[in-house]
Amino acid sequence: MGASSMIVLIIAALAFSSIAILIAKILTKATTNKQKGEPYECGIPTKGKTWIQLNVGYYLFALIFLIFDVELVFLYPWAVVAKKVGWIALVEIVIFFFILFVGFLYAHKKGALKWM
Amino acid sequence: MNVTEILFWILSALAIASALMVVLSKNPVHSVLWLIMVFFAISGHYILLNAQFLFIVNLIVYAGAIMVLFLFVIMLMNLNTDTEPQKNKWLKVAGVVAGGCLMLVFVAALKSSGTQQVQMGEGNIGLIENLGKALFNEYVLPFEISSVLFLSAMVGAVVIGKKGD
Amino acid sequence: MWSFSKIANIIHEWLSQTFNVTWTTIIEMVIAGVAVISLFAVLGLVLVIMERKVSAWMQIRLGPNRVGPKGLLQSLADTLKLLVKEGMTPNGADKFLFNLAPFIAMMVAMLLLAPIAFAKDFQLWDLNIGVLYVSAISSISVISILMAGWASNNKYSLLGAMRSGAQIVSYELSAGLSVLAIVVLTGSLQLSEIVNSQANGWWIFKGHIPAIIAFITFIIAVTAETNRAPFDLAEAESELTAGFHTEYSGMKFALFFLAEYANVFIVCAIGATLFLGGWMPFHIGNWNGFNNIMDWIPSSVWFFGKTFFLIFLIMWFRWTFPRLRIDQLLNLEWKYLLPISMVNILLVTAMAILKWHF
Repeated sequence: MGASSMIVLIIAALAFSSIAILIAKILTKATTNKQKGEPYECGIPTKGKTWIQLNVGYYLFALIFLIFDVELVFLYPWAVVAKKVGWIALVEIVIFFFILFVGFLYAHKKGALKWM
Repeated sequence: MNVTEILFWILSALAIASALMVVLSKNPVHSVLWLIMVFFAISGHYILLNAQFLFIVNLIVYAGAIMVLFLFVIMLMNLNTDTEPQKNKWLKVAGVVAGGCLMLVFVAALKSSGTQQVQMGEGNIGLIENLGKALFNEYVLPFEISSVLFLSAMVGAVVIGKKGD
Repeated sequence: MWSFSKIANIIHEWLSQTFNVTWTTIIEMVIAGVAVISLFAVLGLVLVIMERKVSAWMQIRLGPNRVGPKGLLQSLADTLKLLVKEGMTPNGADKFLFNLAPFIAMMVAMLLLAPIAFAKDFQLWDLNIGVLYVSAISSISVISILMAGWASNNKYSLLGAMRSGAQIVSYELSAGLSVLAIVVLTGSLQLSEIVNSQANGWWIFKGHIPAIIAFITFIIAVTAETNRAPFDLAEAESELTAGFHTEYSGMKFALFFLAEYANVFIVCAIGATLFLGGWMPFHIGNWNGFNNIMDWIPSSVWFFGKTFFLIFLIMWFRWTFPRLRIDQLLNLEWKYLLPISMVNILLVTAMAILKWHF
């Protein structure tokens, strides 16, 4: 069906979700009371703000992930032609991986890949 | 107007509207999410140009990876409206001047580029096989050097991330 | 013998005889939309009851057995129950993002269906970079999770979302690298070509040990990517209530739940396509009689059989391994899976160039 299938699928997803939510809205009767809108934290009243500063570890992993992800994107065109090109492809990718691996070892040595 | 043109206008309108929302929303998390919308609209343009690989890379790298990083950073730093200090009004003026200069450059560049028609949905320069071949025939050295770039990026990330301890 | 592609062709011919081109396209789009929606609904019902029955079987108990014959209608009853539950929005939440997140999750899950070959010649969009498309779209699913977790204004939700964000992005790498192994062997990213390349044997048999290593890393990585046990610490009940969807109730929760199961189905379908030959029947060398019997089974049955086998495998993990801690989880990815899959790619390339595979 071609690229138009993306449009069909997006519309299908939106239709499905909105119809489901709409039916649920019609069938249910909303009630209100004071405690209902409180955040659910297992019965204990919530303390302080939710949107606080988080651990830097998440950020570091996202950063290293980004580097590897871009590298992965480079690998896809390589993978498609690797079989046809032959040994040069392998040599090229070994060099590429080797340089990356040095960085990987550095990150590992510095403890960047350890949690906290 | 055929279907491609209609899609082009819808996507362009979407891209510009979301780009405006990036600037206008008060909450930084909303800004980032609108930015993701911009990337989606631009990816749509790539499909119309039959540049499938660019479409995918735009989604993987920008919408997938960089935006997740942005979200992490913003959630990490907690840049809410009430915690952010009020900026100097001269800063706003400077921002407007800088933005205006950038826009001037863009307009000038656009004017000098002439009105070259781009054929939509044709040509296969953007297909992945051709890209792979180009990567081996003409751009072997830049490909290898890019790995050095990754190495330096990794070192930078580790140095920044592990500064505290 | 009936097949999906034949039915599709009959419908297409009938439509193009009755209507003009524009209307044919529009009606076909509507049919496709209805088909994927019903596929999703059926998947939700089937996978939930399957999960409960499998877990009951693993633990030697009966599982749901009251509604319908042997409790098979249990998930239908659950759906009805969810329909009459109120979908709440907590007070401090970011209302717009909170309500938008389930839609995004569903959209991502739906979009992933586009390149999947359900049967012979039966595919919505056979784009020539199908594998890349899948990995690109699935990388968007992180955003819906982060959005839901952040907008809920609940500490459990936020922590769960951050954890699952770090986890999904980490395991995406080894999933991508193990997929690349098959791309190197096939020399194509098009899913139909990958299936066709397995006509004389599935890659898991043809590719020797490197293909098996790639398959194992793929299964581990996708289990982590879909947030399933033993990697379910993003929604670990005992510490974070339900992770990023703690505050969701009623139909909004159901949509997240459905999207999660749909994602499990999709990654298993991709795994079946790449490693187990998709809709290709099982053949042994030149045992012609045996091969003919296998050919007689419709291609869609093969595809769904393999996919559900992989889903069963992933459900089996859940009752076999205890949940990992977050440091163990990240160690597993960065210290073992990623280096192993990088070396594995080199092995596969050498093998492909030497033509050691069949």
